[in-house]
Amino acid sequence: MNVLYFAWVRERIGIPKETVETSAETVADLVEELKAREERYEAAFADLSALRVAVDQELMDFDAKLEGVREVAFFPPMTGG
Amino acid sequence: MRVVVQEKAFDFGREAQEFASGHSNMGAIVTFTGVVRDADKGGMDRMVIEHYPGMTQKALETIAEEATRRWDLGDVLVIHRHGELRQGDMIMMVATAARHRVHAFEAAEFLMDYLKSRAPFWKKEYTADGAEWVAAKDEDEDALSRW
Repeated sequence: MNVLYFAWVRERIGIPKETVETSAETVADLVEELKAREERYEAAFADLSALRVAVDQELMDFDAKLEGVREVAFFPPMTGG
Repeated sequence: MRVVVQEKAFDFGREAQEFASGHSNMGAIVTFTGVVRDADKGGMDRMVIEHYPGMTQKALETIAEEATRRWDLGDVLVIHRHGELRQGDMIMMVATAARHRVHAFEAAEFLMDYLKSRAPFWKKEYTADGAEWVAAKDEDEDALSRW
């Protein structure tokens, strides 16, 4: 599955995109897997209330299921307009 | 309905004119334009807007479709830029056409409220002190609850 990062999440993790092999059931499970990897992930995902997630390019909650999903993106609250 | 995501500047006058003249029996045309202002602490050199290329267009279209579902609109236009901008540059515009002005005004406000916190754009301000991501404001999220 492709995992994308934007804005300060991208800067904190250090890459815009990566391919992740995972059997995580939900977004929250995926976050736990990523946090366990390295300190930079732990730092980026420290406060989930400061983050938003898109699953296959649609905004979702962290309990969204990942079965069949191709792309997950993490980013801070949006500041368009 | 027309939704455009682009890096280059747009010509507000031409876009507004084309939008306004492209319809018949629309009694009201409302436009809103967002312009780059200084950072809250001042001294901004430039702003860079990052976006999520795969998602941005779809997210804006979904918001525009929702507006046409809720109000009696003849047409909607959304243009939003990304990349590097300077103070005074136009970031984005929305235009709505309706038979009656209440629909055009309300739909334009709805579009603005939603694309501020539901379209995947992130602003970063560069000042002499360094660069800072613009934080989302609680009132932007609160603004959605009125719809």
